[in-house]
Amino acid sequence: MSVVGVVTESIPGETRVAATPETVGKLIGLGYRVVVESGAGAKASFTDEAYVEAGAEIRGTAETWGADIVFKVNAPTPAEIGQLADGATLVSLISPALSPELVEQLSARPITVLAMDAVPRISRAQSMDVLSSMANIAGYRAVVEAANVFGRFFTGQITAAGKVPPAKVLVAGVGVAGLAAIGTANSLGAIVRATDPRAEVADQVKSLGGEYLAVDVETEQSTDGYAKATTDAYNARAAEIYSEQAADVDIIITTALIPGRAAPVLITEADVASMKAGSVIVDMAAANGGNVAGSRPGEAVVTANGVTILGYTDLAGRLPTQASQLYGTNLVNLMKLLTPGKDGQLVLDFDDVVQRTITVVRNGETTWPPPPVQVSAAPAAAPAAAPVEPKPPKAVMTQRAKLGLVALGILALFLVNAYAPEPLPEHFTVLTLAIVIGYYVIGKVHHALHTPLMSVTNAISGIIVVGAMLQVGIDGDASNATVIRIIAFIAILLASINVFGGFAVTRRMLSMFSK
Amino acid sequence: MDSLSIATAAYIVASLLFILSLAGLSKHESASQGVLFGIAGMTIALVATFIVVADLADTTSVVLLLIAVAIGAAIGLWRARVVEMTGMPELIALLHSFAGLAAVLVGWNGYLEHQSFGLQSLEDIHNAEVFIGVFIGAVTFTGSIVAFLKLSARIKSNPLMLPGKNYINLGALALFVALTVWFVIDPALWLLIAVTVVALALGWHLVASIGGGDMPVVVSMLNSYSGWAAAASGFLLDNDALIVTGALVGSSGAYLSYIMCQAMNRSFISVIAGGFGIEAGPADDKDYGEHREITAEDTAELLRNASSVIITPGYGMAVAQAQYPVADLVRKLRERGVDVKFGIHPVAGRLPGHMNVLLAEAKVPYDIVLEMDEINDDFKDTSVVLVIGANDTVNPAATEDPSSPIAGMPVLTVWEASDVVIFKRSMATGYAGVQNPLFFRDNSQMLFGDAKERVEDILKAL
Repeated sequence: MSVVGVVTESIPGETRVAATPETVGKLIGLGYRVVVESGAGAKASFTDEAYVEAGAEIRGTAETWGADIVFKVNAPTPAEIGQLADGATLVSLISPALSPELVEQLSARPITVLAMDAVPRISRAQSMDVLSSMANIAGYRAVVEAANVFGRFFTGQITAAGKVPPAKVLVAGVGVAGLAAIGTANSLGAIVRATDPRAEVADQVKSLGGEYLAVDVETEQSTDGYAKATTDAYNARAAEIYSEQAADVDIIITTALIPGRAAPVLITEADVASMKAGSVIVDMAAANGGNVAGSRPGEAVVTANGVTILGYTDLAGRLPTQASQLYGTNLVNLMKLLTPGKDGQLVLDFDDVVQRTITVVRNGETTWPPPPVQVSAAPAAAPAAAPVEPKPPKAVMTQRAKLGLVALGILALFLVNAYAPEPLPEHFTVLTLAIVIGYYVIGKVHHALHTPLMSVTNAISGIIVVGAMLQVGIDGDASNATVIRIIAFIAILLASINVFGGFAVTRRMLSMFSK
Repeated sequence: MDSLSIATAAYIVASLLFILSLAGLSKHESASQGVLFGIAGMTIALVATFIVVADLADTTSVVLLLIAVAIGAAIGLWRARVVEMTGMPELIALLHSFAGLAAVLVGWNGYLEHQSFGLQSLEDIHNAEVFIGVFIGAVTFTGSIVAFLKLSARIKSNPLMLPGKNYINLGALALFVALTVWFVIDPALWLLIAVTVVALALGWHLVASIGGGDMPVVVSMLNSYSGWAAAASGFLLDNDALIVTGALVGSSGAYLSYIMCQAMNRSFISVIAGGFGIEAGPADDKDYGEHREITAEDTAELLRNASSVIITPGYGMAVAQAQYPVADLVRKLRERGVDVKFGIHPVAGRLPGHMNVLLAEAKVPYDIVLEMDEINDDFKDTSVVLVIGANDTVNPAATEDPSSPIAGMPVLTVWEASDVVIFKRSMATGYAGVQNPLFFRDNSQMLFGDAKERVEDILKAL
């Protein structure tokens, strides 16, 4: 039975904790023993007593860090790395792509490190996607922070004291955070607009009550679920849109991040200058360089023209209880995957794409970066098609050839009728009209009735019995009379099976159809 | 007014009733009435013909006629009562073969009767009509027999691949035309035998070279042929009732074939010429990733938490006779307030509308059984889709992979739902021999085993 240690976060201002009393209970259910560092949950309103009640043991710093598996929110400091036991497993946010030196330090120890922020964006792994759950909280909080600074209502009102126009909010980047921001701002009553290079998010924006501003320039399809860096033509058009919007809206929330790169600057200094006094910008990408010119990470900046730029980097941490709860649940979901026996034994299966992808260090060996995970299936089809020999073009009849055939058929019908003696033309008249009637009558048949239709037409095609009946009535003295009668007898018999069987089975079928 | 003029008048009434019959079948509400019209029309036609025969022919003929009808009726009614709804395709194919054989026999009699005509040209036309009637009838006969054997699994449903099969078919047609011309010039018995043999062989080969999954098209095509055979006999016998009825049946079969071909994104010619599913999918060695399995209990859990469920059945449901437990499942889910619907692909099963009949048999209300076009927009708002014994009709490769052999075929877009559970015996490919990327999607889970047993397991878990 392995021990899970939940340690106190050391970064100043960090309020979250990697396990809550609720998730502790679930970990114990998976067969683990859980030790929590004293005071670890204090800032997230989880007391030591609550943890004990859930079944955890409260221990000192050294003992929690010495556990077999250490749960943490932020990446560890070099000193903290030294506290880990040999063979331990560390689970926390690592940002391996952005911090190679940290990965190097980690791999110097004989430990295993799982990066919660490296969970691949596939449906199966959604339950452990920390970035999504944190982004959801941050998006909500971004709107709340903006509302806090913004000097007006979000919703439009007509009051005795006059008419209040609704606030206009622009959300740049429709990831999880962007969507959460759209939903929150919309529910406060604001008019919400959103931009994103991925045109496929338009429906999601709409579903949350926002308006999607399309940048009408073609972009590449993303294969890993994140937005890609965009082309020049696209950027030029997008910049125009941001400039137009900046002058119009009251609040801008930017969430644009490109994995492994600095955040793109979307709102220029000129855009900020064009905004009305009292407007608010929340730059959710401030920690990664910022989407807004003049934003400073962790600070609120007021520009000369009275625009407040919030560069808070701890938006999720400002809802510590909620953030800890979601983060802790993400960790529990990961442990469910890693504990197939529910026996408190952690098993790392490198054949599983999720487990492979999040593992940064395994027993002191760097395993970063992992092989890429394809999220969308569509683009993969293109290379597979390449080696296939081009098929010979199908002999599809051209429109002209079809017309020609139809004309030929009509001409043939005309000639036959023009030259044939009576009663052939009469018969053709009847045939032609019957075909046309049949086409129109049958074209309206409900799809569910196709089988009854077939059996009924089958029954009435037994009308051929009429022909056979007339033939059986041949004059007994005629030549071949016996042969004809025998043949006609068989024909009548067969056709009667059709007639009676067809109608009977149709009736049986139709009686089964009920509403 | 003699018996012949009475018959002519009766035939016109009967033709009208047949048209009304087909019109009635276009809606559920009027369908039973439509069948009654059909029966009335047939009764009138038969009684009128009987009066003519009784009036003009001797007693032997009348007795023979009555005995033949009585035996035929007894067999027909018996088969109709005992047939399983899953065996409907076989029964219909067999009935088509009877219509075809009857047409052949009527054609032969038309030749043997040696009617005398005043005009040489009329006699020539009569001979040509005999030939055409016999030819279509014989093709229908053997074609339907092969279809029946394939549908009832008495022979393998794999397409027969003779070298140059298209040339065989075309050659048979050319031979038929040549023989017709010869027969018109010199109406000898051996020519009639020859054309019958050619047509029998052609019908056999035509259907033998078409595989099992194309059976909906084949059955409706044979339906059409049996109509044209009746119409040809009408020309031969100078009988308008036969022509009208044959033409109605002929267009109905042709129309159904057209719908089926649309649903497979293929031209009628290419289905008739066969060859679908032979070419191995070009990307067969492609790594699609891992599929995930699910248990019946977990599926029950999934359904318990679902707000809307769509079931897309295929031939596998018919094979496993799973329609009754499926209907029970639907009833239970609906009692829980879950919105349950069925999505039916036009070529699901082995007969146009096959799934509808099976579901109706199990008392599934027909207003929750929807067509592909009606339901495809609903998948994205659906919690769980149960794919029961369908494969090619839910293959996303048809819309996403232009190199796929089934590219462009309209399919049920089940993968847009939140969760898809696929009931399947194994990971084998479907009829088209194309791997189905659906099975490897992140929101898909496989439930292996016999569809009936698995659905019963789910019912127990619920």
